[in-house]
Amino acid sequence: MARRVLIKGNEAIAMGAIEAGCRFYFGYPITPQNEIPEYMSMAMPKLGGTFLQAESEVASINMLLGAAATGARVMTSSSSPGISLKQEGISYLAGSQIPGVIVNMSRSGPGLGGIHPSQGDYFQSTRGGGHGDYRTLVLAPSTAQENYDLTMLAFDLAEKYRNPVMILGDALIGQIKEPVELKSYRKKPQDKPWALTGAKGRHGQILKSLFLADGELTDHNWMLAKKYKSMEKEVRFETYRAEDAQLMLVAFGSVGRILKTSVDILREKGKAVGLLRPITVYPFPKQAVRQAAEEAKALMVMELNTGQMVEDVKLAAECACPVDFYGRPPGSIPTPDELAKEAMKVWRKRGLK
Amino acid sequence: MPQVKVISERCKGCGLCVLACPKNNLALGKEYNAQGYAYVTFNSDGKCTGCAFCAELCPDMALRPYKEERS
Amino acid sequence: MSAKPKLKQVFDRPKSLKDVPYHYCPGCHHGLIHRLVAEQIDAFGLQESTLAAASVGCSVLLYDYFDVDIVESPHGRAAAVATGLKRAKPDSFVFTYQGDGDLAAIGTAEIVHAANRGEKITVIFVNNAVFGMTGGQMAPTTLEGQVTTTSPYGRSAAEAGLPIRVCEMLSTLEGTAFAARVAVDNIKNLKKAKAALKRAFTYQTKGWGFSFVEFLSSCPTNWKMTPEEANARVGKEMADYFPLGVYKDVRAN
Repeated sequence: MARRVLIKGNEAIAMGAIEAGCRFYFGYPITPQNEIPEYMSMAMPKLGGTFLQAESEVASINMLLGAAATGARVMTSSSSPGISLKQEGISYLAGSQIPGVIVNMSRSGPGLGGIHPSQGDYFQSTRGGGHGDYRTLVLAPSTAQENYDLTMLAFDLAEKYRNPVMILGDALIGQIKEPVELKSYRKKPQDKPWALTGAKGRHGQILKSLFLADGELTDHNWMLAKKYKSMEKEVRFETYRAEDAQLMLVAFGSVGRILKTSVDILREKGKAVGLLRPITVYPFPKQAVRQAAEEAKALMVMELNTGQMVEDVKLAAECACPVDFYGRPPGSIPTPDELAKEAMKVWRKRGLK
Repeated sequence: MPQVKVISERCKGCGLCVLACPKNNLALGKEYNAQGYAYVTFNSDGKCTGCAFCAELCPDMALRPYKEERS
Repeated sequence: MSAKPKLKQVFDRPKSLKDVPYHYCPGCHHGLIHRLVAEQIDAFGLQESTLAAASVGCSVLLYDYFDVDIVESPHGRAAAVATGLKRAKPDSFVFTYQGDGDLAAIGTAEIVHAANRGEKITVIFVNNAVFGMTGGQMAPTTLEGQVTTTSPYGRSAAEAGLPIRVCEMLSTLEGTAFAARVAVDNIKNLKKAKAALKRAFTYQTKGWGFSFVEFLSSCPTNWKMTPEEANARVGKEMADYFPLGVYKDVRAN
C-alpha cells in the first residue's frame, strides 16, 4: 500500500533504513545530515530499536561494528570530515567481512571546508578510503526517492556480500524536500551463520581481520578481491535521452539530476545530448560507459569537484572517444543553464553537429 | 602424599611458582623443553600440603597439584 | 595393610580456555588474568552467552585462547564495539580486555563515554605501564622516571605529564557502578582479584551497570627485568602509585 509523503532527503534515508529492518543507529551530529540522527532518535525507541548518539564518528562506526557482528542491521551516517574519521572502522568491517551501511551526505572540503554540496569524496568512497586493499559498494542517489530506495537496497547488498556499503549523497540531496513514495519491504532476513550470537552447542566464533600465519593473509585478500569482482553484477545506472546522443554527459548524484534539465534545454535547441548517470559508483558502470564512448562522438563529465569520477570514465572509455570535463568545486551550486552552456562549449570544441 | 605434576612442555621457566611455594618444593631444573625453557621440577620431600598456590600463580597453567582426598 | 590415599586434582584449566600454549612472555601476567576471567565465565555459566570485544596489544590473540564468540576491535575502540554488542544482544555477557595503550591512550574517549553511559558491560583493563606489543614504548601509565624506548631518559613529568590513574578517573563518573584495581603478584592479591572479578561479573549478570577491573600487571621483557623482579615491581612500585582496592561499588551494603 503505497503512500506519498513530502519529506527531506535525509529523512528519506532514515525511513528507508527503518523500512528495511534497521533497528540500530549510531551516529554523531554534523551538518548537513543531522535530520538522520534526529529522525532515528525519535523513531527507534518507538520501534524497540536502539538510537545512540556516540561521542564521535570514530565511536559510532565501532558501535556499528559491534552490533553488526551479532547479525543485526545497523546504520551510521555522517558527512565528509566525519567519514574520514570512520575510515579505519570501514577497513575493519571490510577485512572482517561484517556488513554495515554508512551514509555520507558529502559537504565541501578539504578540512573543515564548508557545508555546501560537494562531490569531493568520490575518491574516498570508491578507492577504499581507509587503508588496505578493499572496496566498498557505493550507491549514489540523486533524489529523495532514491535516498529511500537505495538505502533499503544497501542493507540487502551489505548482507549479501558481507561488506560495508556506502550511500554517497551530498548536502543538496540531504536537504531537499520532495515527494517520496513509501514502499513495503518484504524480503526474508538472510541466514547469518557467521554472526556472533553466543557459543551455544558450538565452539566460539571469531570475526577478525588479523591473519598472521604464512600465506593466510594473501589468501584472504584474494578471496576479498574475488568477492569484489562478483559485486560487478550489482552495477546500476540510468540513461536519459541517450539513444542517439552525439555528446554524452556523465554525472552522478546532484549533478546528475541538474543535468536532466540541461539535457532538455539542449534537446530543445536540437542538440543530440544525452546523460549517463551512474547509480553505483562502485562497482562502476564500465560497460555502459564503454558503450557510450563507442556510440557517441564525445563524453563529458561534470562533477562538483576538480576531477575525480572523470578518471574512472576515461579508464572505462578506453580511448574510444575524447572525454571532456567541467568541474565546479563546491561553494556554489550550478544551474541547468550554466551546465548547458558548458556542454555547448564542448559541443563546439568537438565540432559536433 | 600431595604432589605437583609439571606439564614440562607448557613451562616457560618464569620462576613465579618457585616464589609462590611456601614450602620451597619447586625449583627451576636443568632440563630444557622443546621451546628451550628450563622447566620447573617438583621436589617431593613430604612437605607439600597441596595448597595449589603454585598452580594459582603459574601464568601458563603448567602445574597440576594433587591433594589427598579425606575419607 | 592400609590402602594408598586417593589423590584428588585440585587445580585445572577452566573449560572456557582452549588447551593451547600461550604466546605470552615468561612471567607475563596476561596468562593469569585470562585464567581468572575464564574461571568466572565458567563459574557464572556464561560460556554460551559471552560476546567478547578483543583489542590491540599483546592480547590481540585473545581469540586463540578464549572459547567464546569474539570480535576484533580496532585499537582503542573495544568499549565502543562492546557497546554495539551489548545493545544488539542485551542478554549476552559482554566484556572487553584491553591494555594501557588501548584503553588509556587511543581509547580514552570510548572508555569514558561507555562508563558514563553506564553500558552494562565488564571492562578488564591490564595495566603494565608500557606499550608491550610494539616493543616497550611509553604508555599513559608509565611511571615517572621509568625508562622506555620512547622515554630513554626516563619519563619526565614536565614533558609527558604524570601517569593516569584510570580506576580513580572512571570512578568519578556517575555511570560507573563498580571499579576496582587489583594485582596478581601473590596469592593474597590473586584472591582479592578473583573476588573483584566475581563482583564485576555479578554487576553485569544482575544488570546493575558498568563494571571495571584494572589489573596491575608485569611486563618482564619491556621492563628489562626477570619475571621475579617484574613480579616484585608490580607489588611495590606499581601498587604504590596505583593503589589496590575497590574504588566504587554502588550496590555495596
